[in-house]
Amino acid sequence: MTLVKEAPVRPAGKRPAAPAAGRRGRRRENLAGYLFMSPWIAGFLLLTAGPMIASLYYAFTSYNLFTPPRWVGLDNFTTMFQDPRWQKSVEVTLKYVVVATPLKLLLALGVALLLAQKRRGQGLYRAAFYMPSLIGASVSVGFVWRALFSDDAVVDRTQKIFGFDVGGWIGNPDYVLYSLVALSIWQFGAPMVIFLAGLKQVPQELYEAAEVDGAGPLRRFWNITLPMISPVLFFNVLLESIHAFQVFGSAYVVSDTRCGPADATLVYTCYLYQKGFKEAQMGFASAMAWTLVIAVALVTAVLFWSQKKWVHYEEAAK
Amino acid sequence: MTSATSPALHTANERRRVGSIAWHVGALAVLAVVLYPVIWVLGASFKPSKDIIASLDLLPTKPVWANFSGLADGISGISISSFFWNSLMYAVLAVAGVVLSSSLTAYAFAKIRFAGRNLLFTLMIGTLLLPYHVLLIPQYVLFRNLELTDTLVPLVAGKFLATEAFFVFLMVQFMRGLPRELDEAAKLDGCGHLRTYWSIVLPLSRPALITSAIFTFINAWNDFMGPLIYLNTPEKYTVSLGLMMFRDQEGISNYGSMIAMSLVALVPVIAFFMTFQRYLIDGMATSGLKG
Repeated sequence: MTLVKEAPVRPAGKRPAAPAAGRRGRRRENLAGYLFMSPWIAGFLLLTAGPMIASLYYAFTSYNLFTPPRWVGLDNFTTMFQDPRWQKSVEVTLKYVVVATPLKLLLALGVALLLAQKRRGQGLYRAAFYMPSLIGASVSVGFVWRALFSDDAVVDRTQKIFGFDVGGWIGNPDYVLYSLVALSIWQFGAPMVIFLAGLKQVPQELYEAAEVDGAGPLRRFWNITLPMISPVLFFNVLLESIHAFQVFGSAYVVSDTRCGPADATLVYTCYLYQKGFKEAQMGFASAMAWTLVIAVALVTAVLFWSQKKWVHYEEAAK
Repeated sequence: MTSATSPALHTANERRRVGSIAWHVGALAVLAVVLYPVIWVLGASFKPSKDIIASLDLLPTKPVWANFSGLADGISGISISSFFWNSLMYAVLAVAGVVLSSSLTAYAFAKIRFAGRNLLFTLMIGTLLLPYHVLLIPQYVLFRNLELTDTLVPLVAGKFLATEAFFVFLMVQFMRGLPRELDEAAKLDGCGHLRTYWSIVLPLSRPALITSAIFTFINAWNDFMGPLIYLNTPEKYTVSLGLMMFRDQEGISNYGSMIAMSLVALVPVIAFFMTFQRYLIDGMATSGLKG
């Protein structure tokens, strides 16, 4: 704080260093700015903007890496839309996004509400619940999942006790996707932490006032908590659904490297990987990638549009 | 008076205690589900291979060491330590790259007023939402043409060029929160931007830098798609690919060692997490809130 006090007292002999006016000062600031962010500018041009243009071009070509790309117009897109495996991959991905995202967020919110209460050991719980979000992406956990959900393993046997017999989730095309959903839900810690931070910001006076007015816990949740955390809810919905669209590793590892059985876990990126890197159909894969970009952009746009209806932003937030 | 309030007090206390018990029961139930796979893998790594799938016990009845000692043989002639060394190199380079390049970029966005700043910031945020699969194929073509596949360069180049917008964003948010008086004072004392960045802003941004560093380390350690696409000699494989190789070579016959190696592969991540969980969780929470 002493620094603040001293600031106006300029040491004698030094040029006043407030040349915000002066074209040279402004030019120097511009130069400094661009120099500091030169890594990002290089990265953006070389690894983001350039590749985007390239992949847009590839999307309209037939390209196998070994011979130069050949322009084919919309062929990739028309073949793609008629390709039954592509259709299957869209179906699998949508099913995954629509089932996994809400369940994961519901659990995250539920546990966040639990942890928002002041109790002994809440820090430990919070840390433990967050851990799967970090290790869940690893191949190790993929193996563990495979072992837990395979035929005659723990999950299978446990449900037999209750009279279901599905012959293991991993080998069953009707169930295998839900083992991936379970893996995604298990990683509820990251959105939970964000919910918790949001819950902390809700002014306690609101609850006290509502209680005085005789509002029960359900009313208070519905009329105070939910609107107050709606920006955080929006952020989580956006982030988690975008992530869910791009799931790859777990599908590849858990349900053997062919994303099966019977293409039951052929998520979009798994098919993209097969087309691009197994079959060297770079043009087709690029067309798939751009279709994904458009789909994600549409979902983002719809979410942003819908937030007017349900996301409550505090006026004059500091 | 006392006779009227004491039963009420009594029930309030009782209700609080019941609430507390219910809370702990709920939290423990979630904890059991969350920790089950972790404890299972710990137990399974000490079970004989044939018991791993077949046995319902969480912990082994007779613990064996064979799964771990089997790891010493390596996988088709490659020692396990080679995979770990490769992953470590990848992770360390990634951390160095992200911390250096993202903090420079973040400083520019947070502390320098230059023309076009807002436009570039919007572009940077935009890349956050871009599915990276659209860049996957052209980047692969680029690195292939540069003859850099089968090296770590394609995996870490982006980290040195601040392409991980999430970390830039995290650092910008943090640096914007630093008192403006500090860098104004430094400026009056004749410090240039480089000096201000290095001796004032960087040390004060330590929490944001540590958060980014740990996330980067863990992401690099867990990364699967990157190595899968770019690395093709087994000697250069990271732990993720080593694990996949293990599965392909040994299959179900050597389930025990596969599970043991899965556990060993998780150790660095879990150790990092336990040491720095406070930073990680808070970093996660702040970046979410200000989004």
